[in-house]
Amino acid sequence: MSPTDDGVPPQGPDAAGDPLAPQAAPDDSVLLTARGIRKSFGDNEVLRSIDLEVRRGEVVVLIGPSGSGKTTVLRSLNGLETPDGGTIAFTGGPELDFSAAVPKSGRFALRDRSAMVFQQHNLFPHMTVLQNVVEGPIRVQRVPKAQALAEASALLERVGLAEKRDAYPFELSGGQQQRVGIVRALALKPDLLLFDEPTSALDPELVGEVLSVIKELADEGWTMVVVTHELGFARQAADEVLFMDGGVVVERGAPGDIFTKPTEERTRRFLDRILRPLD
Amino acid sequence: MASGWQLFLESFWPIVWGGLSGTIPLALASFAIGLVIALAVALARISRNRVLSGIGRFYVSVIRGTPLLVQLFVIFYGLPAVGIVIDPWPSAIAAFSLNVGGYAAEIIRAAILSVPKGQWEAGYTIGMSHATALRRIILPQAARVSVPPLSNTFISLVKDTSLASLILVTELFRVSQEIAAFTQDFMLLYLEAALIYWLFCLVLSSGQNALERRLDRYVAH
Repeated sequence: MSPTDDGVPPQGPDAAGDPLAPQAAPDDSVLLTARGIRKSFGDNEVLRSIDLEVRRGEVVVLIGPSGSGKTTVLRSLNGLETPDGGTIAFTGGPELDFSAAVPKSGRFALRDRSAMVFQQHNLFPHMTVLQNVVEGPIRVQRVPKAQALAEASALLERVGLAEKRDAYPFELSGGQQQRVGIVRALALKPDLLLFDEPTSALDPELVGEVLSVIKELADEGWTMVVVTHELGFARQAADEVLFMDGGVVVERGAPGDIFTKPTEERTRRFLDRILRPLD
Repeated sequence: MASGWQLFLESFWPIVWGGLSGTIPLALASFAIGLVIALAVALARISRNRVLSGIGRFYVSVIRGTPLLVQLFVIFYGLPAVGIVIDPWPSAIAAFSLNVGGYAAEIIRAAILSVPKGQWEAGYTIGMSHATALRRIILPQAARVSVPPLSNTFISLVKDTSLASLILVTELFRVSQEIAAFTQDFMLLYLEAALIYWLFCLVLSSGQNALERRLDRYVAH
């Protein structure tokens, strides 16, 4: 056991800076531009021309009923879905035009810049917590092992999981698993964090510990796109809220506007259903 | 004439030695090569490439649809007719490897497909290629699932190697046949051979249990 485990502040290589802070400054410059994203599964048109712009340091929250296409948008940004049309470009990277066949390298270009946190954490069950976190840095990004381990340990320490580093995922609570999922994404040092309903699979009493980590990351200046049903979180953490329904963005704006004076009838009905389910 | 008990004792170690020097190396070599074939065939069958998956399906169909003894005879007695003469040992290893490859391919294919899709996606999202995700994320989890059925295949193989006695490979059963031919005590020596196969399989089964326990260490019980 290292001396940092008895509550003494960590003195690792990251002691100078907060391990939770993003690499790039949240300077409000445009980071990601998506235009006219379309996607169908068979006859089912799930996205009908989605535009999205994300600035460095911005928290964009996608809300909307099930099947509205929120998750498909998010997965498209990470190359887990291939849109049928439209463009996605990270500033400084190639513009991927999905109206033609996009080569494999396009998907890797997206994953180079973004990292996903899944609804069902999708931790690797055959690896310990620490191995889960360093797998990407060591195997993919070729970070020196000692450096990757030190950075992973600092991150785990920071989210209160230092003593779980050698545990297997099945030995953790749902909230701990999801926090490891977040750390695994952070360890890749992406420009953009993508959260796909990160608390939907959790027991209600575990939702808070995960949301507070995400909120902390937002406060640190991370750029993120979050799909969630947690409207309270959206209200507190979002810079911009997009309400999606039927494969289109019905309404977008600051959370204060969307939640208090929505202009669209569909937005109003959706918010009513969630905030006053018994009426 | 020696008493039955004395014959049993005198023939015991020669037969066991036939197993240790013939049966077990034959089974191990064939299983190792067979697993490599099986992995390749399983990946071909899963592949989206229709030609590849068609070849994989055809291979499995031929191997499972024809008797192992016939496969063995085609290689050892048949191929010399077209100018390919292979010694008994390599013939046996070739036949058993190809056979294991067909059966184990289906086990490995099912095991790979049993790993949730989210595991592939988690590999992709941390930047892995398909091949890296397969090797680092999917196969280790598939291995755990496939140990029990693959152990079955291995134990079947150990017993099937007795067929190699028919192409002149000196292994457990051939040793007992030779002693029986000399002493004419067929019942005793064939029962003794059966007993020794069984003992071998008991040892292998306990090895399987140990391996399963090891691979289960990351699963909730």
